[in-house]
Amino acid sequence: MADVIASPAVHTADHGHHADYLSDPEHKGIWSWMNTVDHKRLGVMYLWCVLAAFFVGGLFALLVRLELMHPGEDFMNAEQYNQAFTLHGAIMVFLFIIPSIPAALGNFILPLMLGAKDVAFPRLNLASFWVYVTGAIMAVTSIVVGGVDTGWTFYTPYSTSTGGAVTMMTMSVFVLGFSSIFTGINFVATVHKLRAPGMGWFQLPLFVWGIYATAIIQVLATPVLGITMVLLVMERAFNIGIFDAQIGGDPVLFQHFFWFYSHPAVYIMILPGMAIISEIIPTFSRRTIFGYRLIALSSVAIALIGFLVWGHHMFTSGESALAASIFSFLTFLVAIPSGIKVFNWIATMYKASISLDTPMLYATSFLLLFGIGGLTGIFLGALSVDIHLHDTYFVVAHFHYVMMGGTVIAFLGGLHYWWPKMFGRMYNESVGKIACGLVFIGFNMTFLTQFFMGSQGMPRRYYTYLDQFQPLHQFSTFGSWVLGAGLMIAAVNLMGALRGPKNAPANPWGGTTLEWQTQSPPITHNFVGQPSIEHNPYDYRNFKVPSDAV
Amino acid sequence: MNTWLRNLFLPNPASIKAEGVDDLFMFILWLNILFFLLIAGLVVLFCIQYKRKSATQKTAHIEHNTALELTWTILPLVLCLVVFFWGFNTYMQASVAPDGAMEIQVTAKKWIWSFGYPDGSVAIGKLWVPANKPVRLIMHSEDVLHAFYVPGFRIKQDVLPNRYTETWFHATEVGDYVIPCTEYCGKGHSEMKAVVKVVSQQDYEKFLEEGDPDEKGLPPEKLGASLYVNLGCSTCHSIDGSKGQGPSWKGIYAQQHKMIDGKSFEVDENYIRTSILQPQSMIVEGYQGIMPSYQGQIRERQLVALIAYIKSLK
Repeated sequence: MADVIASPAVHTADHGHHADYLSDPEHKGIWSWMNTVDHKRLGVMYLWCVLAAFFVGGLFALLVRLELMHPGEDFMNAEQYNQAFTLHGAIMVFLFIIPSIPAALGNFILPLMLGAKDVAFPRLNLASFWVYVTGAIMAVTSIVVGGVDTGWTFYTPYSTSTGGAVTMMTMSVFVLGFSSIFTGINFVATVHKLRAPGMGWFQLPLFVWGIYATAIIQVLATPVLGITMVLLVMERAFNIGIFDAQIGGDPVLFQHFFWFYSHPAVYIMILPGMAIISEIIPTFSRRTIFGYRLIALSSVAIALIGFLVWGHHMFTSGESALAASIFSFLTFLVAIPSGIKVFNWIATMYKASISLDTPMLYATSFLLLFGIGGLTGIFLGALSVDIHLHDTYFVVAHFHYVMMGGTVIAFLGGLHYWWPKMFGRMYNESVGKIACGLVFIGFNMTFLTQFFMGSQGMPRRYYTYLDQFQPLHQFSTFGSWVLGAGLMIAAVNLMGALRGPKNAPANPWGGTTLEWQTQSPPITHNFVGQPSIEHNPYDYRNFKVPSDAV
Repeated sequence: MNTWLRNLFLPNPASIKAEGVDDLFMFILWLNILFFLLIAGLVVLFCIQYKRKSATQKTAHIEHNTALELTWTILPLVLCLVVFFWGFNTYMQASVAPDGAMEIQVTAKKWIWSFGYPDGSVAIGKLWVPANKPVRLIMHSEDVLHAFYVPGFRIKQDVLPNRYTETWFHATEVGDYVIPCTEYCGKGHSEMKAVVKVVSQQDYEKFLEEGDPDEKGLPPEKLGASLYVNLGCSTCHSIDGSKGQGPSWKGIYAQQHKMIDGKSFEVDENYIRTSILQPQSMIVEGYQGIMPSYQGQIRERQLVALIAYIKSLK
């Protein structure tokens, strides 16, 4: 590997300060944002959209938890409750978590990390954004005009026979899929073609590896979801008999189609989270990452094996014992690369110089929460135990530990990590840490309890329940308030910083990757001149940490 | 400690399958605890031990260590394979019902469970079985997907509209065990419950001959009140006047009801009887015809009891 070091100061500081992408006099006004092809502006616009979706999805989550304070009807009846949990799931999955890290942070950071001026297809990037907005508007419309009560999984024949705006919602998922495919194609081409001179595959920052693996899944798996959604709509509109048993279809076929996308989609959600953690830990440890190649390749391994495990969502569906055993076996295989990553991240903290700033605090939270999420997956991979736990709160708790404890915590860590770069402003560090602490405590209060409920036999998607579960349900609801408060404080802290002066240095954390070598916020063309790579990422041996770093 | 954790996580085991599942559950739980303590311990230890003391602090440059990386690839792999084979084994042992098992037909529909016995009788909401005898369930759904789950027995199986699925159990302890539906099926999903009544062989035979002993000796009104819940009426019909999927029963007796075909009826004994047995023939204006028929699944005595109960709701 190349061993020569580039001093980050060389490329930019000498050229003085330039107008940044936010205040570029050549790109002013609303219209310059709406038809921008600048990956940074698109990333920022995506960011506002996914944060809005996160807020709405979160409100539905709080409503769901509030209804569960007592058994029986509190303030929502069964129909309203069913709509609330459906919208929570659908909004969080399709509007927030899938586009969150790749489309918002990835769009902004990935080209900078490669030393590129933009993504490979800037106009496709713009199209992707507006397709996303169209899909989001359709989703919101379906909520307003008729409501959807199918659960985010749209299982047939319930989804083909229930009323409400299911057709509109499934079409919205179809449209959102295209946005995801466009982003994926763009990132694959960008990583292949636009790397800075001297940047080989094993000089890529690990964030790029993670987003690259994600992009492959987006391009390969999303079309299957699109086709499935179209078939579902045709079934509803024309009764053609694919999924509906009454006219000769097979409802389990829908589950195969759905999970053939939606299991890889789980990796669309978690791989970018892991990618962020692979950046934060070395930066705040000021140490080279341990086992770079294994982390990079494990992302690709997860992406590929992830295509072969969808049947583990269907162990009780009546699939054959042979199929169930194969899916169970492959499920255990896909767990191994994730385990390797966790141990490599921890090894990176050995003999390091660790500073627990807000992003690193989120990264350590990630290690603990994702640890629990991953470990509890072992229960669900084991055939006989899964039969007992399937479709109970145990599963709900498990995937929230992975999706929220993993991806969302990593997303928050990434936001705090790159916020100074994106907007040129530092937030209040103490408030950031307090918010992170509240999120951590509230999250565990909300979801740890759900493991006990689930294995005791509390089924999911219930608006009422047996009295024996009430204490745990109430504790979980209290936890959701702490969690909500933590997230609100984090939001106020970040947003509040935008009102202050642009005070962020180019490299506030002492990061080694290329995005830290341009000013904060970056200029419209990212770099003055072409940056080149003369050392591996995370190599701190001769790296000069700038004096204005925190 | 082990027993305490077992009780914290798992309901009382009440079938011969439960022990095997629980042993594996506990093994994985201990693995989880061990690995979580390892991860959390190392993270906390390193955060304290290697806390940044000065901005220029030197750090180790360790790119990788093949022996370590192999350790944490192979060790988890071996443990995962152990769990896989253990889970596979207990699953296979439990997947086929033994010869000579008693067979019961299970029918699921929104939002009731009904059980057909070998002698042709049908019970709604209660699955009567003798203890210490294998029971094979052959299940199908009349509408959407449902799932048959008995937490106490550690069994679960989806119920499909287009083919039979099956599961079996061998209950070891006399008692009542809840059967919650675990595949989302709409409005009444959370209330689609039934009960497994595990009784002695003697009591089981008595049940087959004389019907549900819980219903014996009750005055009709009281029996009607319990059937209101057990037969699933409560999912759609309120008794406090609030509007549900179907008309509320409060004060319904002797009311005039307008049907969707324009006809009008007074609610009397025969109207209630027809509404229960052929609900599609009588659809009240403002409601959908979604009520399942109880023809052949309800005894005369139960009908009388329900009518008496409805009359009592003024």
